Amino acid sequence: MMYADDGAQPMAPLLEIENLRVTFDGEDGEVTAVNGVTLSVGQGETVALVGESGCGKSMTALSVLRLVPAPLGAIRGGSVRFAGEELLMKTVEQMQEIRGRDIAMIFQEPMTSLNPVFTCGDQIMEAITRHRVVSKREAREQAVEMLRLVGIPMPERRLYEYPHQLSGGMRQRVMIGMALCCAPKLLIADEPTTALDVTIQAQILDLLRTLKRKIGMAILLITHDLGIVAEVAERVVIMYAGEVVEEAPVRSLFKKPAHPYTRGLLGSVPKLDRKEEELKTIPGNVPSLKSMPSGCRFHPRCPNARSLCAKAAPALLEIGEGQRVACWLYGLPSDREGVETL
Amino acid sequence: MIASENRGRVLRRLFRRPLTVIGLFLILANIVMVLFAPVLSPYNPEEMHLKDRHSPPSMKYLLGTDFYGRDILSRIIHGSRISFTLGLSVVAGGLLFGTTLGLVAGYFGGRVDSLLMRVTDIFLAFPQMVFAMAIMSVRGQGFGNVVLALTLTGWTAFARLVRAEALSLRDLEFVQAVQSLGARTPRILFRHLLPNLMAPIIVQATMGMATPILTEAALTFLGIGIPPNVPSWGGMLSVDRDFMETAWWSVTFPGLAIACTVLGFNLFGDGLRDALDPKLRA
Repeated sequence: MMYADDGAQPMAPLLEIENLRVTFDGEDGEVTAVNGVTLSVGQGETVALVGESGCGKSMTALSVLRLVPAPLGAIRGGSVRFAGEELLMKTVEQMQEIRGRDIAMIFQEPMTSLNPVFTCGDQIMEAITRHRVVSKREAREQAVEMLRLVGIPMPERRLYEYPHQLSGGMRQRVMIGMALCCAPKLLIADEPTTALDVTIQAQILDLLRTLKRKIGMAILLITHDLGIVAEVAERVVIMYAGEVVEEAPVRSLFKKPAHPYTRGLLGSVPKLDRKEEELKTIPGNVPSLKSMPSGCRFHPRCPNARSLCAKAAPALLEIGEGQRVACWLYGLPSDREGVETL
Repeated sequence: MIASENRGRVLRRLFRRPLTVIGLFLILANIVMVLFAPVLSPYNPEEMHLKDRHSPPSMKYLLGTDFYGRDILSRIIHGSRISFTLGLSVVAGGLLFGTTLGLVAGYFGGRVDSLLMRVTDIFLAFPQMVFAMAIMSVRGQGFGNVVLALTLTGWTAFARLVRAEALSLRDLEFVQAVQSLGARTPRILFRHLLPNLMAPIIVQATMGMATPILTEAALTFLGIGIPPNVPSWGGMLSVDRDFMETAWWSVTFPGLAIACTVLGFNLFGDGLRDALDPKLRA
């Protein structure tokens, strides 16, 4: 297998999502899970997509592979370009060629992401033979190599084991091996460590970092864990209630978070060096998709909310190098272009 | 493939259980009867020994004779050619058709699911007997037509079962994972979903063996199944049903033949299901 041996610098965007809208048919009509999300991932870059459960981050990721669960969910608009090509215009067959070869994905639940009735070897070999013309023996050798690469001891033996015989961490390694066996340019990792305990989490993140360097791929990491973000991401996109509220290089984000929601998120991370009686939280709850607040979707929970916030939704505005935020704190409608009229 | 190396292990597991072996033995006994019926049966199954009507089991007629004095053992042996083959073909037909339809409906969901399941409902809405009678009266008597009629009325159970299971399976992450690796739809359906559905399918298939055997009897009784002189287990039951109290042997043995066949498939199916389940493998 060929791997780029250097850590690639961020260049022209590999993945560009623009104004993406994803809706779901609910019992009481259509709800919008992803509302006008725009983000990009450069070649070899690691971008973290952060938000609470149900904020649309997983749906954004699934949209890239066009795997939004049909028939209830559907991509309703926007554009997803990968290496300059529009993915939303591809046929199903073309998408099937791209999946696993150019873009691969790993999932949150290693317990259920492997087919329980096949051995790990069978499943990795299937992923290999899907996109490559190789003999069975070659496929098996590559599968062993892949298992070794993801740090599984005695790979020759693991090949014959079933998913239930492996621990969660081992299964996630097998999943990563399957996803990476065709050396994709982009890996979408949907909360890859959420279901694992902390020590295994660190191992898996280490593994992802190492493999990223070896293969030279970009990673779109979906998570709600800011600790992970600080550790592996270069750029962060914060989502709230289906929309991007802030985007920034990881350093700026932790140094001077701009959006009140981002500040709230960072503020609610417990710190060892501070003596606090109570854990800080953001008051209120995530709004239900069925009854979105008017204007800025965060305003009912926002400490800085003004009357304007309930009336108009702010657009993303560049406030620093690579830092963009959607909040009225950083400029009123009169200073900004392309704002909805009140 | 690694699968082929596991095949030996599956077989060993399969034969470790005595009950599975008994099941297999019963199925094999049936197959032997089907293949070698003329050699095995002591009498011509259609020959009437009018002096020995309803004679009880004896050394001359091991399982006795029926109302017309036909040897029951010979008729059971020959009957397997109709009944066993019929049960097997109807289940196989329903399995093939119903499973495919159910998989497609459950996996795609939405409109595809609604359409396919409404079609299934239409088939279910007819009483099976009435529907089979309609088909038989249009197409006429004969083994092939009975298989056709019973398959057309019997596949719905598979379709509904498989659809329900596929519906819950497709939300598991491994399906999404396989999709994200670029697998094509037929492969997802038949290689990834189907093996996960084997347990309920095997149970349904083995339980479903008895129904066609008995429905065939009813059709034959009404004169629209198989010509009445051709021996079949269901046919034997319906001819001698009225003499159950005076000539118990004339219905007991054909009934036992049906029961043993169904039991054989059930036992074997159970064993097969467990042998195929990787979680039970040591």
